[in-house]
Amino acid sequence: MPDWTPPTPVNLVDLGFMDSRSKLIDLAAFLDRVQKAGQDGDFRVQALKNALTLLSQDKPQRAKDVLLSFSDPSTEPIAKATMQGAIGAFKA
Amino acid sequence: MNYIEPHGHMVSRTTDDYERMALAGCQAICEPAFWAGFDRASADGFYDYFRQITEYEPKRAAKFGIKHFSWLCINPKEAEDTKLAEEVIALIPQFIDKPGVLGIGEIGLNKNSRNELAIFERHLQVAQDYDQLVLIHTPHLEDKLKGTRLIVEALKNFPKIKPERVIIDHVEEHTIDHVLDHGFWAGITLYPESKCTPNRAIDMLEHRHAERIWMNSACDWGVSDPLAVPKTMQAMRHRGWTPEMIQRVAWDNPKAFMGQCEKFTL
Ligand SMILES: [Zn+2]
Repeated sequence: MPDWTPPTPVNLVDLGFMDSRSKLIDLAAFLDRVQKAGQDGDFRVQALKNALTLLSQDKPQRAKDVLLSFSDPSTEPIAKATMQGAIGAFKA
Repeated sequence: MNYIEPHGHMVSRTTDDYERMALAGCQAICEPAFWAGFDRASADGFYDYFRQITEYEPKRAAKFGIKHFSWLCINPKEAEDTKLAEEVIALIPQFIDKPGVLGIGEIGLNKNSRNELAIFERHLQVAQDYDQLVLIHTPHLEDKLKGTRLIVEALKNFPKIKPERVIIDHVEEHTIDHVLDHGFWAGITLYPESKCTPNRAIDMLEHRHAERIWMNSACDWGVSDPLAVPKTMQAMRHRGWTPEMIQRVAWDNPKAFMGQCEKFTL
C-alpha cells in the first residue's frame, strides 16, 4: 500500500457547524420533552445526561468516551440470549 | 468513481437498488449470510437462503454489470439454538466451493451469550479446516464493546487463522483501535442511528490512515441506504481527500482483503 496522503485542509467548521447546531437543539428539545412528560427518570435519559458531561472534556476523544459510557462494561458471556435487539444504553 | 460494496444484504433489496448502485459506480457487491429480519424455522430455510445468495443474487446483479460474491454461516442472532446452528453449519461444505463464495461470515456475537460464543468458535473451526477468509459481525450498541473483546479473545484460540485474513466489521470509535492493533482488518458500517455516519467514518479513517479498513452500507431489511458508500466518498471530497485516497478506501482496500481468496476477481 502507498503512503497515507493527508487530506487538503478545509474549513471543518463551515462544513459541520449548522448540522451540529441542529442536532444539539434537537437533543435539548428531547430532554425538555421527556422532563415535561415526567419520563426523565428512564435509565436511557440518565445515560444521555451522563454522556453529556463528557462533551466538556479537553481531549479530542469525546465520541469514543460517549460510546464507552453507553457500553456494557462486563467481560464474561451471559448465560443465555433472551432477546435479539439492543437498547442503546447499558442497564446495570 | 468505481467502488466495491463489501457488505450488502441484497436478498432484502429491490432490483431498483441494483440499478441505482450500478449507476453510482458499484462494480461488486459482497453478501454475507445473515439474519433475514425473521427467525427461520429449520435448516431447510438456510439451504434455500444459501442457494439464493450463491446462485440467484449473482444473476440479478449481473444484469447491471455488477459482480456478486457471498459468505456462508448461521448468523449469531439465530445461533442461540445450537442444534439448529449445527445443522446449518453442516450445510456449509456443499456450498463452500461455489464460484462466488469468499469465506465464512458474517459470524460473531449478538447478545454475547455462551451459545453464541460456542457457535462462533465452531465456525472458526470450519474456517480453519477449509482455509477460508473470515468476516465477523460485532454486536450492536451497548453490546459492541464487550462483544468485540470476546471475539478478539476467541480468535487467539485459532492461531492458524492469520489476522490479516479476518475482518471485524461494524467498528466504531471505541472498538476500532482494539481490532486494528491486533492485526485484523476493520469494517466501518454506514448505517442510520445504530452505527456510523459518513463524517464519523472519515474521522476514523483519518485517525488510522485508512490502513486495513473498508467501509460498507450493510444495506438490509431495515432502514438503510444502499448508496451510503458513494455518499461517503462524496463527503471525503468535501473534506479534502485526494481521489487516490478515496480510491484506496472504496476500491483498493476491499480488493486487497477479498483478493486473498482467488475467487474474488473483478
Ligand atoms: Zn450484515
